[in-house]
Amino acid sequence: MNRQTTTLLNLSATAALGLFVWWAQTNLDGYFLQILNLIAVNIILALSLNLIYGFTGMFSLGHAGFMAIGAYVCSILILSPEQKDTLYILGGAFDWVQQAHAPFPMAVVAGGLVAALFGFIVGFPLLRLGDDYLGIATLGFAEIVRVVATNITGVTNGSLGLKGIPDHANLWWNAGWCLVTLYVIVRLLKSNTGNVLKAIRDNEIAAKAMGVDVFRYKLLSFTVGSFFAGIGGALLASLLTTIDPKMFLFTLTFNVLMIVVTGGLGSLTGSVLAGVGITVLLEWLRVVENPISIGSFQIAGIPGMRMVVFSLALIMIILFRREGLMGMREFSWARLAGQGGLSGKSGKKGGAAK
Amino acid sequence: MTFEMFIQHALNSLTLGSLYALIAIGYTMVYGILRLINFAHSEIFMLGAYFVFWGVTLFALPWPVAIALSIAFTAGVGILVDRVAYRPLRDAPRISALISSIGVSFFLQNVAIVFFQAIPRAVYRPAWMENPMIVGAVRILPITLFVPVLSVLLMLALMYIVYRTKTGLGMRAISKDIETSYLMGVPVNRVIATTFGIGSSLAAASGIMWALRYPQLQPMMGTIPGFKAFIAAVFGGIGSIQGAVVGGITLGFIEIMTVAFFPDLAGYRDAFAFVLLIGVLLFKPTGLFGERAEDKV
Repeated sequence: MNRQTTTLLNLSATAALGLFVWWAQTNLDGYFLQILNLIAVNIILALSLNLIYGFTGMFSLGHAGFMAIGAYVCSILILSPEQKDTLYILGGAFDWVQQAHAPFPMAVVAGGLVAALFGFIVGFPLLRLGDDYLGIATLGFAEIVRVVATNITGVTNGSLGLKGIPDHANLWWNAGWCLVTLYVIVRLLKSNTGNVLKAIRDNEIAAKAMGVDVFRYKLLSFTVGSFFAGIGGALLASLLTTIDPKMFLFTLTFNVLMIVVTGGLGSLTGSVLAGVGITVLLEWLRVVENPISIGSFQIAGIPGMRMVVFSLALIMIILFRREGLMGMREFSWARLAGQGGLSGKSGKKGGAAK
Repeated sequence: MTFEMFIQHALNSLTLGSLYALIAIGYTMVYGILRLINFAHSEIFMLGAYFVFWGVTLFALPWPVAIALSIAFTAGVGILVDRVAYRPLRDAPRISALISSIGVSFFLQNVAIVFFQAIPRAVYRPAWMENPMIVGAVRILPITLFVPVLSVLLMLALMYIVYRTKTGLGMRAISKDIETSYLMGVPVNRVIATTFGIGSSLAAASGIMWALRYPQLQPMMGTIPGFKAFIAAVFGGIGSIQGAVVGGITLGFIEIMTVAFFPDLAGYRDAFAFVLLIGVLLFKPTGLFGERAEDKV
């Protein structure tokens, strides 16, 4: 399958996605729209974690921290000064927080950039650590972000959090950013840089012996990953319209990790599919927690059951299907057309993978 | 700060530190043998506390019986977790077991939410524990003295097991080289199960004393102490029992003394440990006692 055909297919898939978004925006009710929005945000988060862990082999548990940074930066920028007046009741906001204001698109990018900056700064010392030590150190970073966010009331309004964040993040924005994330990460992985990243994942020492500046590439991957984690956080903040430090507990990272592992470490297609599947599953499992009444019978809801099922699923996947849904395979048009060939050789994945 | 105040804080630090140390030992033993950060350990700690207060309040058991049963049950849970979630992954990449342990941790936490409910519950302490002893201007709750003494006894018992028994020899052998241990006829899986059992009983003991010291139970109570204890283990040099003890007590002192001397930092209390962790990992990743390989369990 030649390059032109795949480009055409990618474009038409994107157009189809656009049509779908348009249809969904006009026809679906708030609840389903919200689920679609969450799917898009979760895919962004999963793709970025997959870049860091699945493709570069850096076991990072700090996603919630970067998301928190993106969410707070974006929210502070899109809240109007008048709203901040009434919001910051714990001793008022700092002057620069009070003044800061930007339109939504810029605020989201700013959230991503600040998260990327933190990723860069934190990555400098931390990425020298390996495996589980890196995991626990990045987890430590995320906890520090949360504790700091609880305490600097002049910026974050402390544990009360921010409320009434303008809900600009409609499906257009979320799906759009989802596509951008997919595009950037696919391009990055298709380039020579991507090969180097995979080489580092597969054998760091061998990569070093080949003369690769391992640390620089790790830092690059980590920074890009944190950028998109920040974007995801920013969109989530505007989507939910309220954030507080408790939202960014380890559980949040756990959910993203779950999507990545289920989809398959090192498969972007897997992350997209699992992003859809797990978001829907999590919503669907809410049924278990709410009381159900059939006629005159009342079945009491069981709070906590959702996460029991969810964590059990993760253990099962790790025990019985460690490669996840997709392993390291990717979607490609050629494969779909039955032309075989090496996966990933022809064409990037467009929105069709959704 | 008056001298009396200082003594008061020092005693509190020692209590908190001993509790961290007891949890840290479980982390360090498992890590020493399997190179696995056992995230589920903090939930074992939580279960230990719940079991006792269940026994006492629901089944009206006398305290010593409830404590003994709770420790036995928790040790069982620890062994079961190893059998179900970690043993099948012995030959898998190391991170798989870690993800599995994160899964188990969330599982146990949410099972606790389902069965015990998420609302915090008050702990009723035996009456004799409520009367503080007053020495000069220092008020000492019996539990404050009780905890360090009991911790020392437990650690001595552990040292005996690790350095004087055949199982302990097996633990030390496996930590050096698991494959050779198989070949030498060490019953590897049994020794690992024993390790989980011992580590879990110590975590249960710590959980019970924690609940007596800070009388509240809730399903998430293990998370933060668990993280901190893990950090204590890293600080002391992961794999080393002495290191875990020293690390735990140091962390207890750092936390309480920093807040005592700089009250403004009180809100950041939970972050100290993580700052310490990142510092240790950067400047001395092997920790205080990590270099001497013969200290490893």
